[in-house]
Amino acid sequence: MKENISKSIPRVDSKAKIRGEARYIADTEFENLLFARTIRSAKPKAKILSITLPEIPAGYFIVDKNDIPGKNRMRTVVSDHPIFAEDNVQYIGQPILLVVGEDREIIYDITSKIDIVYDEELPLLTLEEAEKTSAVFTDYHYDKGNPDEAFKSAKTIIEEEFSTGYQEHAYLEPNGIAAEFKNDVLMVYGSMQCPFYAKGALRETMDLSENKIRVVQSITGGAFGGKEEFPSLTACHVSVATKKSKKPVMMIYDRAEDIICSTKRHPSKVRYKAALDENENITALDIDVLFNAGAYNGLSPVVLQRGIFSATGVYNIPHLNVRGRNFMTNSVPSGAYRGFGAPQTIFGTEMLLHNIATKLGIDSLDYKMRHLLKKGDPTCTSGQIHDIVKMDEIINLATKNTDYYNKINTNKKYHGIGVSLFQHGCGFTGKGETMINGEIILSKSGHNVTLKVSSVEMGQGAETVLRKIVAYTLEISMENVSYTNPDTGMVPDSGPTVASRTTMIVGGLLRRAALEMKDRWKEADSFDVSKKYTHPNFLNWDDDKFQGDAYPVYSWGANVAEVEIDPVTYELTIKKLEGIYDVGVPIDERSLIGQMQGGIAQGIGWATIEVMEPQSGKLMQSNLTDYKVPTSMDVPEMNIDFISNPYEFGPFGAKCAGELPFVGAPPAVAAAVSNALGKPINHLPITPEKLMEIDNEN
Amino acid sequence: MKIEFYLNNDLQDIEVDPAYRLLDLLRDDFGLTSVKEGCGEGECGACVVLMNGRAVNTCMVPAGSIVGKHIITLEEFKNTDRFKAIEKGFMEAGSVQCGFCTPGIVISTESLLNENPNPTDDEIKEGLSGNLCRCTGYNMIIKGIRLAMKKGEGLW
Repeated sequence: MKENISKSIPRVDSKAKIRGEARYIADTEFENLLFARTIRSAKPKAKILSITLPEIPAGYFIVDKNDIPGKNRMRTVVSDHPIFAEDNVQYIGQPILLVVGEDREIIYDITSKIDIVYDEELPLLTLEEAEKTSAVFTDYHYDKGNPDEAFKSAKTIIEEEFSTGYQEHAYLEPNGIAAEFKNDVLMVYGSMQCPFYAKGALRETMDLSENKIRVVQSITGGAFGGKEEFPSLTACHVSVATKKSKKPVMMIYDRAEDIICSTKRHPSKVRYKAALDENENITALDIDVLFNAGAYNGLSPVVLQRGIFSATGVYNIPHLNVRGRNFMTNSVPSGAYRGFGAPQTIFGTEMLLHNIATKLGIDSLDYKMRHLLKKGDPTCTSGQIHDIVKMDEIINLATKNTDYYNKINTNKKYHGIGVSLFQHGCGFTGKGETMINGEIILSKSGHNVTLKVSSVEMGQGAETVLRKIVAYTLEISMENVSYTNPDTGMVPDSGPTVASRTTMIVGGLLRRAALEMKDRWKEADSFDVSKKYTHPNFLNWDDDKFQGDAYPVYSWGANVAEVEIDPVTYELTIKKLEGIYDVGVPIDERSLIGQMQGGIAQGIGWATIEVMEPQSGKLMQSNLTDYKVPTSMDVPEMNIDFISNPYEFGPFGAKCAGELPFVGAPPAVAAAVSNALGKPINHLPITPEKLMEIDNEN
Repeated sequence: MKIEFYLNNDLQDIEVDPAYRLLDLLRDDFGLTSVKEGCGEGECGACVVLMNGRAVNTCMVPAGSIVGKHIITLEEFKNTDRFKAIEKGFMEAGSVQCGFCTPGIVISTESLLNENPNPTDDEIKEGLSGNLCRCTGYNMIIKGIRLAMKKGEGLW
């Protein structure tokens, strides 16, 4: 039974984009515009001994740490990244100064004549090296039940280690940002997910009061987490430059620069010790999660939190001992990326259960199903699964659509089928929502209603979905509901566009406001309704002990992947990928299918072809020729379906969706490859070279 | 050097450095911002335009090589019936998310259908393989092209 709200409508932003009329930041015109180019560290770890500048022509500027009016640190969870380097550099690509001026050729000329003398120090380059030192940014721990006792009484103990590599967001639009002063107010425009994050960073670095800064999001050509915290840094760069030059300043990265210096998905190692009882069921897990955070901690603590709180996936494991550490290395900082730490641990846990089952000669799906969470069960952090879990229904549909049970038993070598089961905690981790207390305003003016929210459209369909929630609630036409790209001077802070929270949390507030507006519609021609986030009172969370409900609710899913491996070249072809999801009630089915397919494609990329390996602290893949993302030839046919499971606190019953598909695809592909070769897959990406090695191992 | 070429059906006579990228010429000198820079090295297809009816990456084309050529960008192509069929197909299939790759994909679609009005799914995939999209996973773009073929039957 499809809900009315789920019926697809045309995306409101698609016409301008198809016609090439959508203006991104690089397409925006300013009068008297100057451009900025960043001079970056060429060394992974060094003291800066001297910087020698050529003669700077009139109208050109060098902008560095000495020009910053406020703090030389980018404000985020841990505000440790310098806006411009001080006396040392900690990674290749770290910003040192800007060259600013009108003509880009002259800027390049100045750039090429700047001489920086470094005193190099021994860098810490890999997670392996870092683990042997005390270079730990963050060390978290939580447990559940009595893991020591469970391991003592275990019939068998199994140990496994899993690892994953870097991933670049590769949004098609590289980072771009511009700033100018208008009537004494600093205006910043750019491609970003979180205008209020940028504003917060600017307040500290520019030392300006709240009413002297406005951040306006421009049409954003993809982000995936890569434009979550990172634009706070570039916003500060162009703002310092516009203050010094007294002219508008724009900075557009080219692809190589974007790849070298922007945040990445954390490379990881996840180690497991599993205690099995006499029925071979898992009674306890000891999980050790290691993330490479790069040179600065930044947002990494909260990424690690989601990583460790997702570490038992969709399974009810009675006894747990979980540790998570962020390690410092002299490499580009890791940061937010779709899935936010969960893809690494979910991959580990899915493959752990798959490997144990395979060793025992049990079907891996059947083995996983013995451990499934259900309503009322405790979560890994001893909170509760408050809602109905429809995994049985999801699995039934996924296996039926793919003929899984037949194929798993009859596949020939080099042909494989594999399944993954997964969930994603919806919205912020722990107390996150109550720290932001997001606010929205609905303004009525005659027949028209305006949404005032800070959530951005970055390709995911937020504008269509949020307007649709309001229009359908008020029972008015989409045309009568307007939304403009957020301007912090015009909209309240409804929180950042992250954590798959936009539809559920911001959409939920809009739904409540629209219901009230509907009741009061005839009260006046023009009035506002505002709503602020209130935390459901059945949720409990202890942020010191990591105990309680880490998330209010979860979205769930199952993927079935079918693969074929060329026995000579070991080229991997993913033939088909089935995705069945419970995202509550889909708000606009087609938009959601697009999110699911796009997330799967990105997950497949991370799992198979996206190789990014630094050597001596330098990324060896710094363009889209060397760093390969999936093309139309690499992506399989993806069949997507949804199981309805309305969530009481979501708008029209909706839960989270955007990150869920990313989490599921990699372990499904890895399980299928494992099935094709009859060998375990414990590392991503699974390149042809790795496959050949694995196939030829004894 | 002095060059003559046709831009969106108008004869242009300009003085230009022969090594200047066609991408910069179109964006910075002619203000044609449907042409996007995604990678600058011919990998992503965001800067694709039609040159004598075929898709080219303008970041890889030096201005010196366009003498006498006909360049069509989306600013002009969007006035055609073929475009309208592609537009309808893409809208209906949900082919667009962030939109940064979309102008290039529209142009590549025209180039593909111009050469082969009835491509198979595999031929569509091959025709699209020079255009990266990081949002959609391509399935809905392929569907959009199929719909465009149906809606624009006889136009190619």
